[in-house]
Amino acid sequence: MVAEFWTYLSDWSSFDTWIVVTAALSAMACALPGCFLVLRRQSLLGDVLSHTVLLGIVLGFLGSHALLVGGWILPSSYPAIQKAAIFAGAIIIGMITAVLADAVKRIGRTESSAALGVVYTTLFAAGLLLIRLAADHIHIDADCVLFGMEETAVLDTVGTTGIPRSAIVNGGMLLVNGLLVLLFFKELRLSSFDPQLADTLGLRPGVINMVLLIATSATLVAAFESVGNILVIAMLIVPPATAFLLSDRLPFMVLWSLFLAGFCAIFGHIFALTVPPILFSRMGWPEVDGARTAGMMASVAGICFFGALLFSPRKGVLSKLFYHWQLQLRFIAEDVLGTIYRSQETREPPSKQALVFDPSLRWKQRLLTMWALVRMKQLGLVVQQQGEVLLTAKGTSLAEAIVRSHRLWESYMARHLQLPDVHLHATAEWVEHYLDPALREALESELDRPQSDPQGKQIPAEPVE
Amino acid sequence: MSTDAATSRTPPEHPVTSPLTIDDMTVAYDRKPVLWNVDYDAPVGKLVAIVGPNGAGKSTLIRAVLDLVPRVSGVVQFFGQPYRQQRNRVAYVPQRGSVDWDFPVSALDVVAMGLYRQIGWCRPVTKKFKELAMQALDRLGMAAFARRQISQLSGGQQQRVFLARALVQEADLYLMDEPFTGVDAATERAIVDLLRELQTQGKTALVVHHDLQTVTEYFDDVLLLNLHLIAAGPTEDVFTVENLRKTYGGKLALLDQVGQRIAVPETR
Repeated sequence: MVAEFWTYLSDWSSFDTWIVVTAALSAMACALPGCFLVLRRQSLLGDVLSHTVLLGIVLGFLGSHALLVGGWILPSSYPAIQKAAIFAGAIIIGMITAVLADAVKRIGRTESSAALGVVYTTLFAAGLLLIRLAADHIHIDADCVLFGMEETAVLDTVGTTGIPRSAIVNGGMLLVNGLLVLLFFKELRLSSFDPQLADTLGLRPGVINMVLLIATSATLVAAFESVGNILVIAMLIVPPATAFLLSDRLPFMVLWSLFLAGFCAIFGHIFALTVPPILFSRMGWPEVDGARTAGMMASVAGICFFGALLFSPRKGVLSKLFYHWQLQLRFIAEDVLGTIYRSQETREPPSKQALVFDPSLRWKQRLLTMWALVRMKQLGLVVQQQGEVLLTAKGTSLAEAIVRSHRLWESYMARHLQLPDVHLHATAEWVEHYLDPALREALESELDRPQSDPQGKQIPAEPVE
Repeated sequence: MSTDAATSRTPPEHPVTSPLTIDDMTVAYDRKPVLWNVDYDAPVGKLVAIVGPNGAGKSTLIRAVLDLVPRVSGVVQFFGQPYRQQRNRVAYVPQRGSVDWDFPVSALDVVAMGLYRQIGWCRPVTKKFKELAMQALDRLGMAAFARRQISQLSGGQQQRVFLARALVQEADLYLMDEPFTGVDAATERAIVDLLRELQTQGKTALVVHHDLQTVTEYFDDVLLLNLHLIAAGPTEDVFTVENLRKTYGGKLALLDQVGQRIAVPETR
């Protein structure tokens, strides 16, 4: 299978390289405004813009065409003016989208996502309608607009340089966005985090908001040809959302999102070349021999997101599970130390069997206890002698801290809450794991340094390290 | 306040030195008036509690003077000038719930935000400003938490970050929206100490406050509010049982009714 993988990649050409470069540039250009949309909880606005700017594109197309037919512009300058008109149309419609959605929300008293939904579908439908109406005069392929044609976009090169036009457009957009983010980093951060403070400081959050909106609309148009407007939303939102899971500082989030965007482009194209022939031919569909890069990029982005959701060091689901598991192990180990200490106070040290098969433990706790005993022996906290488990000097001071926490807490609760003695134990059993020397000291001094707990058991002195 | 409606009253004369002068301010949300005809002059160098029941317009008062909520009528001046010209001298501490605490910034980053106006457009936050922010955090006993992402702070610590952010602005007037809500005993202590310190520096603070028990202990002045200004002045004169009864004894029935009518006019 690995060999097969390499055979499909063996006819990698400069054409493939340009596809990857163009895709990476457009994805990275999208990721920059995307970071701020995600943080402002305006991800839906990105989706909406990606659809409504279609109307702007068609209007730009028709407008420049009308100028040509009317003889206002020379045929030689037509392509440049057409491109400019498309960008301008998209930006204007982008701004109109935001203003309309805000107006619908205010006047119609709808919630903001409903307001966006209304504006979104209306303007998008108008765009599609115009394409149909104008189909006789202009050439816009609705399929291409919706799904993007990375593979054909790179064929349109500039002069003899061999550099695809779309690579230059997207690269330029990445540069512009990068400069905007660098220049207005602090203003973007503040207006995203706390627009009220930005307002009171006179830092114009409304202007910053508009700049972000314009940059997003322009980026979407630039990325249109290569990624298509359905999938551009994946590039706008998914890498930043993944980066959000992986970082807790804004600069790192931005860098992560750029890296992930590039990663999606590279592996999106590689998988587009290899996965369908390898996978689908085995499933009995040999006719599926290639997938579109844009679609594969979105899939890779989705996989990255779920990977981050599971494995992110701080926010990942598995990381949290692992943390809780470690916490549980510590609790069990501390409970075992406490139990050994208590039985040493009165009787003989307990046997391993007695510790593990304590009738109050459930089976899961018994397994954990066995594991904790092994671990503590390795760490030199306990030793085993003729079946009995004894505390070492190190183990004794840890156990003293636990038992001390437990009995101090019982005394504290007994003083302040009128509880029967039997009710004190359960909470103390839980709280003992969370007290540190400073808190124990505070408890002890508030209780006027008691010698024993409510049941008359001696409270150990604070162990010296 | 006179209870005789027939007595004619001259409009209040506002001292030019007052940190905050409100002249006949009315504020409405979606047409419905929530604050009626407020006339107020904040005293210099005093700690002022803004007290009133839920929905009395306490937060609205602060937000309206800062132009965060549009005013229907009225003139607001800070140190004798409009807010736009006095931004440097006013610091605002919003309610803790007004921002997203999952935002990827550290406590230090948030405090430095108070300096963004001073730093200026398009310039980075340099070491000098980070040190200023650090000093402000230190004054609130938060230096050890400077590098923490803000969601990993307790509610009280988050409130202290907000206060440090206001402190770093070196303002002369502080407007604080419920800084004491949901904080631990240590934070309450820290806030009170900070307020006292500001006062000894001749600064003024207007604080929306909920705990009637501590008003006389913490504040020199009080502003009682319930849709309109009930009374304002030194705590010992104004914070009386009679005035509190007026403030908390229910809204003025007709004031409320007219407000409703303006919000939802009857169709003819």
